[in-house]
Amino acid sequence: MADPILSLNGVSKSFGPIEVLHGVDFELRPGEIHALIGENGAGKSTTMKILGGYIDASAGDIRWQGAPVTFASSDEAEARGIVMIHQEFNLAEHLGVDQNVFLGREIKRGWRLDPKAMRARTAELLAQLECPVDPSAKVSGLSVPAKQMVEIAKALSRDLRVLIMDEPTAVLTERDCEILFRQIDRLRAQGVAILYTSHKLSEVKRICDRVTVLRDGAMVRSAPVSEITEDEMAAAMVGRELSDLYPAKAVPQDEVMLEVEGLSVPGLIENASLTLRRGEVLGIGGLVGAGRTELAEAIAGLRPRSGRVRLMGETLPAGQVKTAMERGLVYLTEDRKGAGLLLDKGLRENLTLPLLERFGTVLIDRKAEEAALDKAIADFAIRAPERDMPVGNLSGGNQQKLLLAKTLLSDPQVILIDEPTRGIDIGTKQQIYTLISGLAAAGHAIIVISSEMPELIGLASRVLVMHAGRIVGGLEGDDVNEGAIVRLAMGLGETGKEAAA
Amino acid sequence: MTMATTQKSTGRPGRRIDLQVIGPILALIALLLIGMALNSNFLSYANITNVLARSAFIGIIAVGMTFVITAGGLDLSVGSMAAFVAGLMILVMNLLTESMGVTLPVILIGIALALLAGLVAGFINGILITRVGIEAFIVTLGTMGIYRSLITWLADGGTLSLGFEMRELYRPVYYGGIAGISWPIIAFVVVAVLGEIVMRHTAFGRHCAAIGSNEKVARYSSISVLKVRLATYVLLGLLVGFAVVMYVPRLGSASASTGLLWELEAIAAVIIGGTLLKGGFGRVWGTVVGVLILSLIGNILNLTDFVSPYLNGAIQGAVIILAVVLQRKGSTER
Repeated sequence: MADPILSLNGVSKSFGPIEVLHGVDFELRPGEIHALIGENGAGKSTTMKILGGYIDASAGDIRWQGAPVTFASSDEAEARGIVMIHQEFNLAEHLGVDQNVFLGREIKRGWRLDPKAMRARTAELLAQLECPVDPSAKVSGLSVPAKQMVEIAKALSRDLRVLIMDEPTAVLTERDCEILFRQIDRLRAQGVAILYTSHKLSEVKRICDRVTVLRDGAMVRSAPVSEITEDEMAAAMVGRELSDLYPAKAVPQDEVMLEVEGLSVPGLIENASLTLRRGEVLGIGGLVGAGRTELAEAIAGLRPRSGRVRLMGETLPAGQVKTAMERGLVYLTEDRKGAGLLLDKGLRENLTLPLLERFGTVLIDRKAEEAALDKAIADFAIRAPERDMPVGNLSGGNQQKLLLAKTLLSDPQVILIDEPTRGIDIGTKQQIYTLISGLAAAGHAIIVISSEMPELIGLASRVLVMHAGRIVGGLEGDDVNEGAIVRLAMGLGETGKEAAA
Repeated sequence: MTMATTQKSTGRPGRRIDLQVIGPILALIALLLIGMALNSNFLSYANITNVLARSAFIGIIAVGMTFVITAGGLDLSVGSMAAFVAGLMILVMNLLTESMGVTLPVILIGIALALLAGLVAGFINGILITRVGIEAFIVTLGTMGIYRSLITWLADGGTLSLGFEMRELYRPVYYGGIAGISWPIIAFVVVAVLGEIVMRHTAFGRHCAAIGSNEKVARYSSISVLKVRLATYVLLGLLVGFAVVMYVPRLGSASASTGLLWELEAIAAVIIGGTLLKGGFGRVWGTVVGVLILSLIGNILNLTDFVSPYLNGAIQGAVIILAVVLQRKGSTER
């Protein structure tokens, strides 16, 4: 086996007081594809960014061909032939393919650009990649897989030694995946060291040589792919214990509150159906991008949809947020800062925004607003140094509590909560969990969307799992466990479905 | 416990002296002092009345502009729109005079027409921006050219004038008044006060600020973003029509140069007053102060031979830039 070209030895990384990576050892060898897998937040991105020179390690060393090295920037890493392909492409949309491939490293003749040479070289690279894109085409007009190919062509145009790929197949069709795998094979044969991340374990099994599993910022397993099964990978990724973070679950009643039948959103959701009962907390799991948020938004009237949604027996018209709210269905967004709160406004303006008509007929009754805010602050234990401070200056947890108060202001019967505890501390998490189960116990019907498995398992009495825009399975009672959810979410599918049936 | 930490500051924060709030007022006071020092006639009844009456047109339009800008929009067409509406009004009134004579109904029809035309023009801008989804800057740049060209065409490159007798009958609407205060000033005050109330104390005003601040949040908060946006343009159009109703009796004519650069003065007044150009925060009283600042600069230059009145635009321009610089300081300090 070749010696490692790039390696991490006992690397830790802290952001402020929080250590997110604990003493990770990781090696990339020429001619080897090394998979790095783990749940969201396990530390994959941080590891990749350290390898790519985007961020520094807090402790431990990075070694290049055995010798300790520090990269002052990603440019320095690139100069050594380390290229990282991000999930969000780094392409200048308005420039041509060839201009992008040679961006910042343009081929020149004297002081003038040499577009012909660049175009010819780009065409060669694209041909290698079996990519039928015209080198002079504008990037903005390309499909997502084509853009990915352009990114790869860009990487190939340099002297490539180490290639770091962040979930490259997340945006590719099966056919494009095959092309990508062939390219990866070819690069391996040329002696490039490749770091590959994916949520699709079957891919990892198929194309990688070695796999390292991260969990909560620590390396929990590293083995040749031949010595580990997909299920063992999934088990290594999860395998956390549930604490008593979660209150007792409410027992669902018989009354059906929400019925969704054959809901589709073109390109995002395909034929989704679900039923939600009074007093029930229904979890929706799946990977980021599986269509969970889009499903909830479509139900709440924030997206155009087809299919039928019945709320307490009455059909809810599509695309009408206001009607949905008036009839008692609300959606709490996962995008707290982008879609939830007006960061430059005070607590009062944010709290009453969806329901101003309830605060006075023509003129807004400020006293009533203040009273509502008093109540929200007490009910949700919001801590704000000043009431009229911009809410952007509140902590994440307090923002989330304010957003909950805002969303629940209309006293809705059916509540769709998307990522209830993203980016907030454990204490606030527990408060929110208690609140959610309290709402359910009081007879509300709740859908919780979460990427955190323990949250789904701890809160929901039933979990639906989405994969690629479809609801691929349901788990109930004792069948709700991380392994089953992960298997369904990864599209390993049917075993979980049978277990639920 | 949480209650105790949050209850304290229910009132407005007193200690925080906000340059954004007092800046425009200080500038206005400074201008008044300068005016007084330079010319003894400055504070005379005649001069003050003249300044206020002349600023009424821009002022009324600027109040509407405050709502458009607060909601994250812009309207460049108001000056041309005013000229076109004025021309249309004069044309129709002259036509009606032939059949109905020099009578009050003709004036009333003219006024109704001006208001309606403004409203429709605003509606067209609003529809193109909200439903067709073209950027406000482009739409109103286009309609600005269209209305300007239409008034030139209506006037055949010259001037459209109200019949002499009709002008005499309509004249008091600009030159008359009650208790020594002329009608345009009264109209400006009423519009400004109502505007301030709507902006600060109604759901519409709050929704405008929410949309300008973050359209997505507004949409997710079940606000009809498109309707509110459309309403801001319709309101502005209506106010343009109203301004024209006060403007026509002043000169009794409209030409290709009527209302020239009003849009820029109105936008400048809004910005000087502390409304954010990118939207999200607006205050009508600030706009009124902005209008007065711009008018006083012109007036002081006219009254004194200190600086050539031809430099009016340069000084106004400097004030606008200064206002924005101060705004930015204020917002980064937070």
